[in-house]
Amino acid sequence: MIRLPSFTYLAPRTLAEAATAMAEHGRDAMLVAGGTDLYPNMKRRQFEPKVVVGLRGIRELRGVRVESGGWTIGAGTTLSEVSTHPAIARDFPALATAAGLVSSPQLRNMGTIGGNVCVDTRCNYYNQSYEWRKAIGFCMKKDGDICLVAPGSSRCWAVSSSDTAPVLWALGARLRVVGAGGERIVPIAALYRDDGIEYLAKRPDEIVADVLLPPADGWRSAYLKLRRRGSFDFPVLGVAVAARMNGDVVREARIVLGAVASLPRPAERAAAELVGQRITRDLVTRVADLAAGPSKPLDNTDFTHPYRKRVTRVFVARALAAIGGLGDGGPASEEVA
Amino acid sequence: MKVRIALTVNDEVHEALVPVHKTLLEVLREDLALTGTKHGCELGECGTCTVLVDGQPVLSCLALPLETEGRRITTIEGLADGARLHPLQQAFAELGAAQCGYCTPGILLTAAALLSERPSPTRQEVKEALAGNLCRCTGYTKILDAVELAALRMERART
Amino acid sequence: MTKNDFAVVGQPLPKVDAWAKVVGETRYADDLFLPRMAYAKLLRSSHAHARIRSIDTARARALPGVYAVVTAADLPPVKFGILPVSQDEEALCADKVRMVGDPLAAVAAVDEETADLACRLIDVTYEPLPALMSIFDALAHPEVRIHEYGDGPNVHKNVALQFGDVDAALVGADLVREDVFFFEGNTHLPMEQHAAVAHWTSDGKLTLWSSTQTPHYVHRVLAKVLATPAAHIRVIATPVGGGFGGKTDPFSHEIVACQLSKLTGRPVKIALTREEVFYTHRGRHPVLMWIKTGFTKRGDITGCHLRTWLDGGAYGSYGVASTFYTGVINPVTYKIPVYKFEGARIFTNKPACGPKRGHGTPQPRFALECQLDKAAEQLGLDPADLRRRIVVEPYTKTANHLTVTTIGLGECIDKVVEASGWRAKRTRYGVTAAMGSQPTGGSREGGAGCTHLVQPEPPSPKKPGIGIACSAYMTGAGTAIYWNDMPHSGVIVRADRSGGVAILCGATDIGQGSDSVLAYLTAEVLGLEPVDVQVFPADTSLTPVDLGSYSSRVTLMCGMAAIQAAGRLRDAIFKAVARKLEVDPAALVARERKIGVPDDWDKAVSFARAVELGEAMHGVLAFPGSYAPPKRAGKYKGGGVGPSPCYSYSACVVELTVDEETGTVDLRDVWIAHDIGRTLNPLLAEGQVEGSIYMGIGEALMEEQVFRKGLHKQPSMLEYKSPTTLETPEIHTILVETDDPEGPFGAKEVGQGPLLPVIPAIANAIHHALGIRIDEVPITPDKILKALELRRRGKPPRVGPERLPLFTFKDPLVVESAFGQPADAIGVRPFQS
Ligand SMILES: Cc1cc2nc3c(=O)[nH]c(=O)nc-3n(C[C@H](O)[C@H](O)[C@H](O)COP(=O)(O)OP(=O)(O)OC[C@H]3O[C@@H](n4cnc5c(N)ncnc54)[C@H](O)[C@@H]3O)c2cc1C
Ligand code: SF4
Ligand code: FES
Ligand code: FES
Repeated sequence: MIRLPSFTYLAPRTLAEAATAMAEHGRDAMLVAGGTDLYPNMKRRQFEPKVVVGLRGIRELRGVRVESGGWTIGAGTTLSEVSTHPAIARDFPALATAAGLVSSPQLRNMGTIGGNVCVDTRCNYYNQSYEWRKAIGFCMKKDGDICLVAPGSSRCWAVSSSDTAPVLWALGARLRVVGAGGERIVPIAALYRDDGIEYLAKRPDEIVADVLLPPADGWRSAYLKLRRRGSFDFPVLGVAVAARMNGDVVREARIVLGAVASLPRPAERAAAELVGQRITRDLVTRVADLAAGPSKPLDNTDFTHPYRKRVTRVFVARALAAIGGLGDGGPASEEVA
Repeated sequence: MKVRIALTVNDEVHEALVPVHKTLLEVLREDLALTGTKHGCELGECGTCTVLVDGQPVLSCLALPLETEGRRITTIEGLADGARLHPLQQAFAELGAAQCGYCTPGILLTAAALLSERPSPTRQEVKEALAGNLCRCTGYTKILDAVELAALRMERART
Repeated sequence: MTKNDFAVVGQPLPKVDAWAKVVGETRYADDLFLPRMAYAKLLRSSHAHARIRSIDTARARALPGVYAVVTAADLPPVKFGILPVSQDEEALCADKVRMVGDPLAAVAAVDEETADLACRLIDVTYEPLPALMSIFDALAHPEVRIHEYGDGPNVHKNVALQFGDVDAALVGADLVREDVFFFEGNTHLPMEQHAAVAHWTSDGKLTLWSSTQTPHYVHRVLAKVLATPAAHIRVIATPVGGGFGGKTDPFSHEIVACQLSKLTGRPVKIALTREEVFYTHRGRHPVLMWIKTGFTKRGDITGCHLRTWLDGGAYGSYGVASTFYTGVINPVTYKIPVYKFEGARIFTNKPACGPKRGHGTPQPRFALECQLDKAAEQLGLDPADLRRRIVVEPYTKTANHLTVTTIGLGECIDKVVEASGWRAKRTRYGVTAAMGSQPTGGSREGGAGCTHLVQPEPPSPKKPGIGIACSAYMTGAGTAIYWNDMPHSGVIVRADRSGGVAILCGATDIGQGSDSVLAYLTAEVLGLEPVDVQVFPADTSLTPVDLGSYSSRVTLMCGMAAIQAAGRLRDAIFKAVARKLEVDPAALVARERKIGVPDDWDKAVSFARAVELGEAMHGVLAFPGSYAPPKRAGKYKGGGVGPSPCYSYSACVVELTVDEETGTVDLRDVWIAHDIGRTLNPLLAEGQVEGSIYMGIGEALMEEQVFRKGLHKQPSMLEYKSPTTLETPEIHTILVETDDPEGPFGAKEVGQGPLLPVIPAIANAIHHALGIRIDEVPITPDKILKALELRRRGKPPRVGPERLPLFTFKDPLVVESAFGQPADAIGVRPFQS
């Protein structure tokens, strides 16, 4: 069996306690929520924290609430809870879809939405055992100093592989982040950095406490996920599209691509093209072509990267068609909401 | 670091002194001698190690015992009601849904959770519920058939 | 016997081990915990090809909790391998490593964690050698030699056989097709990772429990490499949590566990991680194939010439046999009057390939069946009809001297054609159909002249297609792995006054249900219920030798041995009962747990009573049964690979859709008809078919064992793509019975054959849907898009291998074709009376 390295486990009862513990242990400590990302990584020795701070015992992290300004989803809410919550399915269908497409049913019972937005970036030179990484020569994300995908590169190109992050971004979500020194509320876009190693723009002691969603009025959303199998597999391309409609005219739109860069990648020009327009086939084609531009996958996930790029166009078109009510037989119905 | 834990497994409380970093899978098999729980990857990638925690299927290879204290754990050894097999066990045996049998404990538990939540699932619902359990022997066909048969029998027993 | 004469055979009974499996009681190797047990780990090479300069174990030895550390220096310097001709493996590498994952050293410690830690403290220095990672690499660098033996530099085996004048046959053909195909390698991925527990006790005797399909071969190898008499070694195969051929070789970890037990005086467990299972491998060979076949206008084959290049990996394993299997089985399906086969197995610095379900035959089957599809298209024939016409005649020989007994392939084709609605779908779906018709799915209200023009819906990108392919497979290899005249399978049946019957047999149940089949057959012969029969399998000290669970041999060979043994027991009991009832033994029957005369059934005695009478008359009742296959090896060198008592046949139709924008394939339904000879238990038989189809689907669409920078690219369950419930279509199984005279109650194999046609049937259905050819497995979405792109650019829409290695096959051994000759004597084999 492949086993965990040893560590000390802390189980704080409040966010404040957790943040203090994190601040105290600094780089030696890591947070764990569901553990479905962290523990496999620790077993492969991608992380070897001396202290693990468990968030599971913190009540205030659980649950979905409606408040005046919109919806609040506690970071400790499991993906199963998110994907089956009736109000989320009604108001933010793309989020319910994305959460419901993460890995497997068992994993969704364990994994949390907070863990999902903070999930480690991935690369098939990196998500390997210690022995494997040693055999190929360690890369800079862990234990080494070069990049094996882009050997000349001075940075790491590991891939943002969260299903919910691009959707939350497209829906205009904000995060409440609590640290030892206080809390702040930031748009989710501000959580991410374009770097495969330091992919989160937050201090280690900062804990994502809540995901805040604005009211859903007028917004329609869709999420499409590319992967080899209908279960288990991480996205190797995610397409999240959200549009606020006024009648059949688009008022506001966001298109965010997942798993094609070290962070969720907005396709801003493409989204701008939608505004003020009725969604027609021609428009869909034009926007899809534009949206594929920012999709720049590298050869470090499943499927070939030119293929992932090509499917970006198709998926954007299909997601837009779904939102615009241009029924086409393309996407599997389970993938579109 | 070793800790003393008390786990409620199959309605019995087990105490054990174990290193914190030992997973639930390891503690069940190695400390509690409940070897019915199997493993195929220990990384969350196959579903073989599935157990129920408070009735929900979770992966014991990615769970820490500390995190499951105070919750109800069910393993394959606890699926039958004493000597009375769960209708799923009966149906799996009768229909040949267990070939090598290695994936069987995890699949039975996942299916049991499904049927307690959704007593008459469609075939597609069964497929989706079992999409996190790999089986290399059966092509899933007899497994799906057996879940459907068990659901039918449980339904009949209720009415 | 007719179907109605059977009491047990043909019934959908639960497996005898089903109950233990559903309650979690079955004890697999890793479930064994013995007092004082130590845990072992292997240190494996981090180089694909290197000389070992030094191994320093001092730091590992010093770690608290470590009991012993071993390297090659601590083992007798004896190489091993499953085939006598390929003794090229070392339990721990001494001078050289040949792949990432080759074992170098091992540690036994108080727990697995400590053993693992200690392995990381072993310091190895290497002198790297160039890594040869493909057939092309290995042939291009004869100066770098992976092994010193073989048929040439990095050529493990080079074979060439010719049966009749193929060139002349091709000249006379109306159509000659030459095609090139590639089949990427893949692995078994049993859910259970290999594990073993060794206990070398203080009396000098060794017991090994292991998840192995071949305890007998493990037994032989242990004796050899540990320099210990086989008589002092006992190998017990634990229930195997999936094998598929992956647990059919003797392995390093088994040997090392034994040695560590000897050194520590403790039982030692070793359990491989998933990643190590990928290195242990012995899976499907990557095979590059060139096939040239002549056809008449009506679709008859005039002759066929096949060349195969196998990427063997770093060791021999079953590779010599695998090489032959890529050539010798194709001719048992269709009439091929003359045939030429050239094959070569190349060493590379990757985990060794070996036998995976269908051993060596899915690859050439893919080539042949896709080529037939192309030929049918060119000749304007329906691919099902073309195949139906050219099915081999029963009780004849093939060009390469294999005896075909019964053959239900024609019936199989008819059945799947009918069940699938082949004819209607063949015309309704597909590119030609689509080109001829208007785009469907358009708006109904819309139309010329309509003022409110609703946007017309584009046609769905998902295109349906339907394809067919057939196959054949052996029911057990006709020759043993090492040459000998002994039984291939043995059974002892014993009964005593309790009325209980026990069967001892060396076979291992790997989930296929061999324990159950033994119980069913014995119960059938003795008029008992299977529950009355206890099966004790796979213990080399207690059970008669069985060669192992491979090549679909167990049901037939152990089954025949069990029938013989049970028959002898029955005869002995009948004699005693006959005396008691004062009747002729020939008048007796055994059924419903009684023995008596049918017309006077009231006087029938209970089975337990009958055994008492038997014991009183004969003494202890224990009878052996032995089986060896009929001696039918072709009288030429190499003629020993391919013969089998009988062959199973399958025909398969696949219906699917392909998304022409994403290249995604969705399987809808698979229909398969399988000639099983006789169904001993429909549930088990269907289970084998369904499992085979599933595995074939994985190979066709997603599974691949590929390498990058000298390493396995994805040694994990997540990245090695095994289909889930969501990728598995509805499977419709039809069992066809031909009652083969060579099989137990007429039965043939069902565990491997049904995998073979699935892969080409999928390829052919994709062609039907989109008009493209993917001549390379796995058929991935990017390849489909590439083919469509080629078509858009006006090029032939084919994706597949573009080049062949420069390689000289040896001069063929030229033998006369035996095509169409009458079969050798049927039902004649050793140990019959
Ligand atoms: C086989 C397999 C398949 C998977 N497939 C998918 C997939 O398809 N799509 C997908 O998106 N993910 C996938 N995952 C990854 C993972 O399971 C999910 O992303 C999950 O949502 C992570 O949540 P968690 O609570 O388990 O995270 P954890 O493992 O507990 O944490 C993940 C990371 O986030 C940090 N973290 C957790 N919670 C917080 C918080 N509140 N504030 C700050 N930091 C925090 C942790 O320190 C850690 O670095 C897969 C994992 C596995 C093993
Ligand atoms: S992108 Fe480069 S540096 Fe980053 S994980 Fe992959 S190989 Fe390592
Ligand atoms: S052992 Fe594979 S998911 Fe836990
Ligand atoms: S029965 Fe063998 S893996 Fe499922």
